[in-house]
Amino acid sequence: MPPAGIFGLGRSRGSCVKSLLPILTVIGAILLVWVVAVVPMNMHLTADQAQRDGLVVSPETPAERQVHSGLGLTLKNPALMRLTYNLERPRLPSPHQVGAEMWDTIFAKKITSRRSLVYHGWVTLSATLLGFAIGTTLGILLAVGIVYNKAMDMSVMPWAIASQTIPILALAPMIIVMLGAIGIQGLLPKSIISAYLSFFPVVVGMVKGLRSPDGMKLDLLRTYHASPAQGFWKLRLPASVPYLFASLKIGISASLVGAIVAELPTGARAGFGARMLVGDQYGQPMVTWAALFAAAITAAALVGLFSALERLTLRRMGMAAA
Amino acid sequence: MTGTAIISALAVWGAGWFINTRLAQSAAAQTRFVQLLVPAIFGLTILIMWELLVRLLEISPVILPPPTSIAARFAQETPLLWADFQQTIVKGAMSGYIIGALAAFGVAILADRSDFLTRGILPVGGFMAALPIVGTAPIFVKWLGSDWESKAAVVGVMVFFPILVNTVAGLRDTTSMQRDLMRTYGAGYWPTLFKLRLPAAMPFIFNGLKIATTLALIGAIVAEFFGSPTVGMGFRISTSVGQLALDLVWAEIVVAAIAGSAFYGLMAWIESRVTFWHPSQRK
Repeated sequence: MPPAGIFGLGRSRGSCVKSLLPILTVIGAILLVWVVAVVPMNMHLTADQAQRDGLVVSPETPAERQVHSGLGLTLKNPALMRLTYNLERPRLPSPHQVGAEMWDTIFAKKITSRRSLVYHGWVTLSATLLGFAIGTTLGILLAVGIVYNKAMDMSVMPWAIASQTIPILALAPMIIVMLGAIGIQGLLPKSIISAYLSFFPVVVGMVKGLRSPDGMKLDLLRTYHASPAQGFWKLRLPASVPYLFASLKIGISASLVGAIVAELPTGARAGFGARMLVGDQYGQPMVTWAALFAAAITAAALVGLFSALERLTLRRMGMAAA
Repeated sequence: MTGTAIISALAVWGAGWFINTRLAQSAAAQTRFVQLLVPAIFGLTILIMWELLVRLLEISPVILPPPTSIAARFAQETPLLWADFQQTIVKGAMSGYIIGALAAFGVAILADRSDFLTRGILPVGGFMAALPIVGTAPIFVKWLGSDWESKAAVVGVMVFFPILVNTVAGLRDTTSMQRDLMRTYGAGYWPTLFKLRLPAAMPFIFNGLKIATTLALIGAIVAEFFGSPTVGMGFRISTSVGQLALDLVWAEIVVAAIAGSAFYGLMAWIESRVTFWHPSQRK
């Protein structure tokens, strides 16, 4: 298959400065759509609120207003447009509201506070990183086993590939309950789900990477009279590094999603997933949105970290990305 | 008792491993039959060990039900599982997948006309594809209600970015020689798009479509954890976990696994028919 992957990031390297303006344009367009969408999305709520505050709204009863779409209602009440951006509990908060909530919960609160997103972020992040470390280590070990043992290759590899087509995340609630029943709680169950999700991409990528040296290179090592161990440390392992980084970038974002979803069905009290759920259940949309964006920023930072590590490592090794 | 259990499980493992090692080293290892047989034996070994350990160690079915009781539950609850499958996979995942894919194709073809937009969309789309979009589920459930529409919306957003990035990348995957050839034929934008660039982009597009199959299922199931009618795979998983009916949960997971592989297999089959000319598809 062509190595398009899910990360278009690798392709545009080198032309980063040239791409800056297009990237900003696309982000600007997305923001613009968001800002415009706020008005019709919130119009019904705004009209109800405005009427309670004694403003003139047409049509006059909520039932009559339900007939109109958000857009139609906006055209009838252009004066209310400004108010849609400042609702306390909007259906779609505007960017500045989400930004203010995030500023408030990230920088303005003490990080030990239960309302601080940094605190919740760390709860999710620690589970993610622990799980990612477990999953990656086991994945690399299994890949080495698969490459050096034919029976293992033929037995396990088809399952590893097939498992990527299975919605493993559906297992999350059950794993939590299962581990809870045998007395394991807290960080570890979430980490196990994270580990599970990062495990298979790493196995598949590493097997590909460890097998990437062609016959010529393997023959060359044989003419040097290299031992199998030397062949592994000096040829196969270095050759697998680009593949490893491609898998790590997929694995780390999968781990984060795993940790977040693991917090959902269990009534977890802390973490991004718990914040999303709390915001959802107690009608505080801003909490949900802030947690969502904080999770997105965390994911972006993690993937960015691994991209930077990849670039640095591969440049020092004199290689190109897989 | 514990000793017997562990010894018998190890014996099963040893027997399975012995057969597989012999098969892998035999002369027939390259035949298709053996290549299917070996993973099947491995899977069967795991299942037998699971059954033995659960039965002999008397592990509570609340922690881990044995495979036989999962199979019995699967057979017994087929109508229920079928209804859940239709709600979640057919209504939620499939419709969202189609909407997301069509939207991605549309945006890709529009963006493709401008090099400027392409250079913006590739990195932003790649970035978005790595985000935990499944977290938008509570928002969509609030907007669109708890029935399948909200699941389709979550799925649509989740599959949109990988398909978009792959389609845009694929549409750029023609050489200047090929484009020049089209120009010498006097082909305009649309004939070039349909006769050269879209076919050349197909391996990329199908890569995106295949990645998106799993995402679609995940989105549809996880979104149901946030609210659903009293039918659906995610609903059944979360309520059965609450009732400690873990055999039903496992039966749902079996359905999800079959649906996931079938969906992926379907896309791979279509791919092999559409991109039969590509080196990776040649036999």
